[in-house]
Amino acid sequence: MHELGIVIEVVKQVEQLAKENDVEKVTELTIEVGEVSGVVKEYFEDAFKWFIKKTEYMKECALKYITIQGISYCEDCKQTYPTTKYGKECPNCHSPHTYLVSGKEVMIKDIKVQNKQKEN
Amino acid sequence: MLMDNIKTIVVNRSAYANNDLEADLLREYLFDHRTFLINVMSSPGAGKTTTLIKLINSLKDVFKIGVMEADIDSNVDALNVAKETGVKSIQLHTSGMCHLDAGMTKTGLDEIGANDLDLVFLENVGNLVCPAEFDTGATMDMVILSIPEGDDKPLKYPLIFQKCDLVLINKIDTKPYFDFDFEKCNDMIHYRNPNATIINISALTGENIDLVKQYLIKRIKEWGGK
Repeated sequence: MHELGIVIEVVKQVEQLAKENDVEKVTELTIEVGEVSGVVKEYFEDAFKWFIKKTEYMKECALKYITIQGISYCEDCKQTYPTTKYGKECPNCHSPHTYLVSGKEVMIKDIKVQNKQKEN
Repeated sequence: MLMDNIKTIVVNRSAYANNDLEADLLREYLFDHRTFLINVMSSPGAGKTTTLIKLINSLKDVFKIGVMEADIDSNVDALNVAKETGVKSIQLHTSGMCHLDAGMTKTGLDEIGANDLDLVFLENVGNLVCPAEFDTGATMDMVILSIPEGDDKPLKYPLIFQKCDLVLINKIDTKPYFDFDFEKCNDMIHYRNPNATIINISALTGENIDLVKQYLIKRIKEWGGK
């Protein structure tokens, strides 16, 4: 359910961009989603397919979904490690003083658009 | 030909960018009007409404208070709070969505007339996942966790505990019936969020509601409110 909220937000931003750039339609959207962002890929894709039917520019828009690995940084031993494998505790020195460097983002990377046909 | 017509626009913008911006603007607006907004989150049935009723009744002589009840549907909470406290209460419907965003929160604040209020409680949709993802623009985030839910919730739902200022552990009157480990739970909350304040309460018996009251009065004063 919560994927839908994110889809609506993403689509709203892309529609706005399409309008500002005065394009015919948006043919592809590339999105980068972090492993620990709480977004389930399949749900996101389903919600996207359903929601774009209601849009002006994105009815035929393809979705390119790129997963970004969760990486944490340890403040004590200054090393990074994969978050989903080890969680909050650093696997190198077992310190809990770690923070997430990447993996929480939901990023609109780029869009492919088709320009309006120019009238001669 | 057709391919010439296709171009790529590089965006590189967070999906949350618009909401985060709206939320920051909302916080500024709230500060300008000295209206303190508390976003209250919990799972369904943790006792948000009962806790709010008790808290509002203990605070309504100090502050001018309003309540916004967010739910997917129905207005039972808003009616209940209005009946039990007498303060201004409105119901926000999220139309099927599992959380509130900053835009919906602003609409609610306009409707309730927040300019004239010192303190507004926003009772978010009962859910420990989605409300944590979207910044509502509130001045403070509060989570209510109840004993029957178990002491492992901070481990299972890290984000919501990571971003909150205050955690109320509710229903302590049911303690004899559950094997809830307070020390373990506190440790897990502080592991995620060393700055969180934790207060054990019973909304039913009113135990420690006064501690929450004192905490909020102090917090609002430090912020620059009434």
